[in-house]
Parts: sequence; C-alpha cells; structure tokens
Amino acid sequence: MSGQTATIIGTASAAREQPPASLVGPWAWARRNLFGSWWSSAVTILLGYLIVRWAWGFIDWAVINAVWSVPVASNPLDTAAPCRQMAGVGACWAVIGDKWRFILFGRYPYDQQWRPALCILLFIALYGVSANRAFWRKELLYIWVATLAVIAFLMWGGVLGMDYVAQDQWGGLPITLILATFGLAFAFPLAVVVALGRRSTQLPAVKFLCVGYVELIRGVPLISLLFMASVMFPLFMPEGLNPDKLLRAQIAIILFAAAYLAEVVRGGLQSLPKGQYEAADALGLSYWQKTLKIILPQALRMVIPPLVNNFISFFKDTSLVLIIGIFDLLTAGKVAMADPTWTGFSTEIYLVLAAIYFVFCYAMSHYSRSLERKFSRARNR
Amino acid sequence: MSQTNEAPEAAIVLDRVNKWYGAMHVLRDVSITIGKGERVVVCGPSGSGKSTTIRCINRLEEHQQGRIVVDGTELTNDTRALDTIRREVGMVFQSFNLFPHLTILENCTLAPIQVRKMPKAEAEELAMSYLRRVKIPEQAKKYPLQLSGGQQQRVAIARALCMKPKIMLFDEPTSALDPEMIKEVLDTMVGLAETGMTMVCVTHEMGFARQVANRVVFMDRGEVVESGTPHEMFENPQTERLQTFLSQILRGH
Repeated sequence: MSGQTATIIGTASAAREQPPASLVGPWAWARRNLFGSWWSSAVTILLGYLIVRWAWGFIDWAVINAVWSVPVASNPLDTAAPCRQMAGVGACWAVIGDKWRFILFGRYPYDQQWRPALCILLFIALYGVSANRAFWRKELLYIWVATLAVIAFLMWGGVLGMDYVAQDQWGGLPITLILATFGLAFAFPLAVVVALGRRSTQLPAVKFLCVGYVELIRGVPLISLLFMASVMFPLFMPEGLNPDKLLRAQIAIILFAAAYLAEVVRGGLQSLPKGQYEAADALGLSYWQKTLKIILPQALRMVIPPLVNNFISFFKDTSLVLIIGIFDLLTAGKVAMADPTWTGFSTEIYLVLAAIYFVFCYAMSHYSRSLERKFSRARNR
Repeated sequence: MSQTNEAPEAAIVLDRVNKWYGAMHVLRDVSITIGKGERVVVCGPSGSGKSTTIRCINRLEEHQQGRIVVDGTELTNDTRALDTIRREVGMVFQSFNLFPHLTILENCTLAPIQVRKMPKAEAEELAMSYLRRVKIPEQAKKYPLQLSGGQQQRVAIARALCMKPKIMLFDEPTSALDPEMIKEVLDTMVGLAETGMTMVCVTHEMGFARQVANRVVFMDRGEVVESGTPHEMFENPQTERLQTFLSQILRGH
C-alpha cells in the first residue's frame, strides 16, 4: 500500500518540477518495489537467495565443470569416457560437438548438408524481411514464393548437377521450419476467410460450412489429425496417388492451425464497433473494399497478442510430428540421444533443443510487442 | 402540388414505411416527402423511430413495408440500386465513426478513390478543399483519436461531402459532443445548408431547427405526429404529444 502512494506522489511532482532524488533511480525503484514492507523484504531476500543458489549451481554444472570436447578414442563406445567421469557434476557439451550436424540436419547426406544449412539461413532471412514494415508491399508475396521455391530446389536437388535427396532423408531444423512456415503461411489466410465466412449473414451455407469446419477440427487433438493424415488418409487415396508423408502432415497442421486462428480473427472482427461497418456501408464501399480497407486492418491489429500466442504454440506443436515418424528437430534430437556412444547425456541435448525453440519463439513474441507498440503509437499520438 | 407528380422535385420519398424489430412495430406508416434542396429536421423523444427512419433511407436498416425512393431510385433488394443510393447519400453519425487506423486525409479520400475511382491526387485535393471548409486543414496528417470530438465530427462531415452526395443525413450529430463543441459542428452544418444541400437531420437542437430547417417533422412511437415550418411547430404545436415534448426539451436546455 505504501509503495503505491509513493508512486503517485512521484508522478505528481514529476509533472511540475524535478522530483527529489529519493524518488527516482534504481535505488528508489528497489526500495519501492522490493522492500516496500517487511513482508515484501522477506520475500525478496528469500527469492533472491534461491535464485542465486540455483543460478550458481547451474553455472557450476554448465560452465565450470563442463566437458567441452573429448579426444577421439579407438573404441567408439569409450569416446564418452571423460564425460562419464564428470556425470552429475559437469555438463557434457562434447555430445553436442559430436552430434550437432545430426540434430540440425537429420539423415540428410553428410556431404550435402550445406544445402539444408543454406535453407535455414534463407528461412531466417525471409522472416527478417517480412518483419520489416518497409517491405510490406505486394512484392513481399513474390519474395516469399521465390524463397520457398529456392528452398524446395535446395532440399530436393536433382537438377543443375545437385544430387537428388528424397524427402524421407530430410530432417532436423529445416523440417521444423518448413512445417511451421508453410503451416502458418497457409493457415493464416485460410483462417481469415473462415472467420469472415463464419460472420456472413448473406450466405448461410458458407456460414454453416465454416462453423462446421472450426468445430470439427477444434473437437479433435492435433495428434489424432496427424495420425489420420499419416495412416487413414492413404487408405482412401486411389492406387498410385499417394502424396508424401510430410505433405500430409503439413496439410493436417494447416487445417488445425487455421481453425484456431479463425476463432482469434473472429474475436477481432467482433470487437470492432458496429459503427465502423455502418460508416463503410454509408460511404458506398463494397463488401470487399470494406473488409480489406476498414475491417481487417483494425481487427487484425487488435488480435496481434493472441495471434502471436497461437503462432508460437503452433511452432512448438510441429514437434508432434515425432509420433508419425517425421524427422523434425525434436525427433533428430531424440535419435541422437539413442546413440549408444552417448547414452545418458540427454539433458544436454534437450537443453540445446530447448534453446533453439526458445530463440525462434522469443523472436516472435519480441516482434509482436514491438508491432503492438508501433500500432498503438500511430493510433493515439 | 399534388403527391402524384412528386418524382421530379422530390429528393426522398417515404411512402407508408413500416418496420418491425421482431414483434415490436418501430415504424408505423411513416410517409415523408423531402424536396430537393429542402432541409428537414426530424425530432422526437428517444425510441420514437426518428433515427431508424433516416437509417432506412440508405438502408443501414431495412424497411419491411412501403416504398422508399431516393433521388428517383427505389430502394429494393437490388444491390445496384442500393449502391447508387449510397453513393448519392452522405451520412454523419452520432459517434463520428471515423476510421481510427487511417489519417484524417485518408478517411476523406478512401471512398472517392475506391468507390468513385477518382485518381489519388484529385481525391486529396478535393479532401483538402472540404477540410478547409470545415476549418481543419492543418489536421490532415493526424489520426482521428488525436482530435477533439467537435473536430472529429467536422471531419466526418467533410468525409461524407468528399463523395459529393446530393443528400446529407445527420443522425444526432451533436448528441455525443461536449457542450462547448456543439456550436462548431452546428456552424459547419449551417454553412452547408447555405450551399443548398438537401439535408435530413435528426437533432434536438431547436435553435438549429429554427435557423436552417424548412420543415420540422415530429415523430413519436414510430409515427409521424406532426410536421410543419419551425415557426408553426414551436409557436403553435397542434398535438399534446408535441407540446409535452417541447416543454421537456426546453426545460432540459
């Protein structure tokens, strides 16, 4: 309570003149927020102690006592011997040094792994370009199509003297990025269309179809959709026509993500005041002019936080393809753990996998916050 | 002046218009004919159907019985007729309804560019001329929420005028405004009236009605109770309902 009062006094005097030194700066901040009362002081000290202790223990294990590399042993099973001596005391980062290419690229032919590596860089470059508002023009669509075509060309090869690499040899991070990028790139427009369809008053059949689709897909777990795509779907296909497993999983992910995103978009559409629709109607705008110029720009801005929340969640959900045997980043990591040379060092591999997922997810959430700030500034100031 | 050859001069004809919300009868045989260049103020207690009436003119609300003819085009389920009518009828709302994600200038140029297919430069020039007329050209690059209520409503008027409509509808344009901002909006509307624009205005501003209206229509419980010149209506109300309404309005001001 006293902490709040101090804040109010602080802002009030700041408006008129320089606040006294005792009310600003990091020390004042700490006193206000961490040591406002004897109770909060006690909590601060206790939590501070626990954090420091845990952090120290982690640094001890992950840095100070860690084994960074091991000499080549004559018997492969003895390679990890120096690590085993330190088991439980220090991390064995040597396993990553030995396995990183397998984790990142799976069973892609070893001497051709520059190709998926280049694909990862292309994906990241594509995200970077798309995030920049200066590129938000029609040309961005061409950039996407071109980049994705180049990625397909690099992964498959088979032309211009590059070896053909069958899709079941692909693996690791490129698979995760392919599933997530194609998944969201197709799911999002589909979601917008479904959300608009669900709100259609003129076309009851379209509305019925959209409601049915969303409810059906939301009613089943992603895992069962993936199973259906990988096991059941081929049974219904005519002989000889059998799209590959990755594509089937990709379609399942798109359909799943679109149903959820459609509901988020619908929330945005509903939160717009009726007056916006009426003003657009009164000006004589057609349905699509109204939707594209007035409704969607506002509705989508409003739902940036839940949209990104879903994006992040679907990015991680791509790891569920593990259960139908697609070699994504997590599967590659799991297979690497099963190597008899390195049994017992799964913690290190899991940490690295987590770090890779974290980098991508954090980038998304960081970007969404900057986007929100930009839009609210444009609106209010 | 018989009702049968209404077509040449009439800007708007409402002929025995009925509307229900579910079982509630909100418009009962509403018949109003508004000539070109005429300025009509529609007043009445809340829930009297006055807003619904003018919202039927550009079909923000659908009427279920009767005829509505705007500028010679009958309002039917034909979407082309509706497009034609909406292009010729501008509307100003109680809550402004500017597009908050667009600048003032973009608010004004959107419809001319999209609907009238006007070149951008021409649309901007036109928008600036109307923004000057409503006396806020200097705000053109700002966003609606950075403006005061009175300024926003003047932008809304300019936005509607940019479509060069033949008819302007005002749905309680000053009801959401702080008292000190009402005058700037009313002045703009008086200025517009002087250009000979056909105007239909739902308002409680009796001063405005006196100053610019050719005719005042009083509605209550979904029907037209009385209509006449402002002088007749205010000095010599015929019905008890209008007398009650006027005494309440005057007490309120």
